[in-house]
Amino acid sequence: MAFYRPARWQRPLALGLFIALTALPFVLEAFDQSFYIGFATRLLIFALAASSLNLVLGFGGMVSLGHAAFFGIGAYVAAICQQAGINEALLVFPAAMAVAGLFALAVGAVSLRTRGVYFIMITLAFAQMVYYLFISARAWGGDDGLPLAGRMTLAGFSLAGDNSLFFASLAALTATMLLFGRLAQARFGRTLQAIRENETRMEALGYPVFRYRLVAFALGGAVAGLAGALLANLTGLASPNLLQWMQSGTLLVMVIIGGVGSLWGGVVGAALLLGLEEVLAGLTEHWHIVLGLLLLGVVLFAPRGIATLFGRRDG
Amino acid sequence: MADALLEVRGLSRRFAAVDALKEVNFSVAAGEVHALIGPNGAGKTTFIHHVSGALRPDSGSVHFAGHDVTGLSMHERVRAGMARSYQITNVFSGFCARDNVALAVQGRADAGSSFRFWRPVAAETTLLAEADSWLAQVGLADKADTVAGSLSHGEQRALELAMALATKPRLLLLDEPMAGTGPEESARMVELIENLARHVTILLVEHDMDAVFRLADRISVLVNGRMICTGTPDEVRSDPGVRRAYLGDHL
Repeated sequence: MAFYRPARWQRPLALGLFIALTALPFVLEAFDQSFYIGFATRLLIFALAASSLNLVLGFGGMVSLGHAAFFGIGAYVAAICQQAGINEALLVFPAAMAVAGLFALAVGAVSLRTRGVYFIMITLAFAQMVYYLFISARAWGGDDGLPLAGRMTLAGFSLAGDNSLFFASLAALTATMLLFGRLAQARFGRTLQAIRENETRMEALGYPVFRYRLVAFALGGAVAGLAGALLANLTGLASPNLLQWMQSGTLLVMVIIGGVGSLWGGVVGAALLLGLEEVLAGLTEHWHIVLGLLLLGVVLFAPRGIATLFGRRDG
Repeated sequence: MADALLEVRGLSRRFAAVDALKEVNFSVAAGEVHALIGPNGAGKTTFIHHVSGALRPDSGSVHFAGHDVTGLSMHERVRAGMARSYQITNVFSGFCARDNVALAVQGRADAGSSFRFWRPVAAETTLLAEADSWLAQVGLADKADTVAGSLSHGEQRALELAMALATKPRLLLLDEPMAGTGPEESARMVELIENLARHVTILLVEHDMDAVFRLADRISVLVNGRMICTGTPDEVRSDPGVRRAYLGDHL
């Protein structure tokens, strides 16, 4: 693969999308469809989580099957903080990122010494450990998860309104995409992509490969933690299901459908998967069949993901 | 040797029941071109792997510029000033030639940290300009924007060399730089290495005897994992052991 380089259409499209999303709550209100704002928020949050996995998987070449651990930890940090009386998102969100990021650092420090299938298995094992830890922790709700009493405040403003949480999520996703888009073209991102292409060669050029991978892995974990904290605010629950390997699988599917290693892969994949679920689940309970066919189609006709269909990625 | 840049002492390595390297003593003096020759399977590439840090010896030590580097990993040895090119072409085939070399420049300690998350490399003009100048040195100036995978084999060999050079090594390990190149490209490569030898110490592993005898100040001969002879080209040419083991047909 070539280095990531944004296609020409990308910047105007992203700007247009941002403006459209900013206007969305008001449009929905005007058409009396405010119900959908919760769905839109959920979509943004999953786009954030999937994008964080895309940094690890797509740009770093690390096939992690344990990304949900960081996602779920973020949600639990939010719930636990609230339980402890800390209700300010400006404190809680960074705390969620820090805890998830530090845990990713620890997981990465061990797992990144392995390769291939072993890496997949060891990240899965770590995530399942976390899952079983939380379902057996009575103080944190065990099987039932830990509910939030209500939404938090952000810099004093309440996130209780659906629109305010939507905008908070939009801000988080925008900032992340901006960072990832820059990062992918900066020294760090190029180092990461080159390691994905040929690890030994990078070592022979003097790069301490392990260190770069670890930082990317931890950064991905931290952003997933932020997504988790946002989701806990949306649903009002830190659920152990968020930590389960099924969740890691869902995030992987999003990234693969959207486009592994293309900047917008996570966003496109999350939008497509959740959108399909929303539409098809209303029509038939067997909507997973359609999802399966879609995955098949992507693998056969757009093996680099849907996002790459929209533009030529040249190197 | 007083001013040996690279010194290998009593290096041994077994693979299962095979002595790949047996008590190898070897040194490269600063400034020389030292060629390592030997029949196929003699252990030359294994030896290079031990010098570069890709493999660890069972016993013995590797010293570089006066320091014991036996315990250092490959990237630490590169940072210390040891660069290698590969026998089998090993470039980033999806990246253009300039990006390949820019990665090598960026990896150098004096080029600054690679933990930069914001500024696009495309805006780092000094980095890219330096990459271009290395490309020019190996004769690839007009191929900078070509994707490495679509360069000819000889051009890829030259790119490989540019990448090794861009790490600004004190010692260049060249593992069969002429492998698979045609006579014309070979001649160009010999010329190139001759020029490089003025600035950098070279350890050259090569099968092309014409090139070896033209380039080398000293030659060491490795046979079955043992270093059987080291000397000037003339000494090696007339060494009866070497003749018996290896050179007979060529001279």
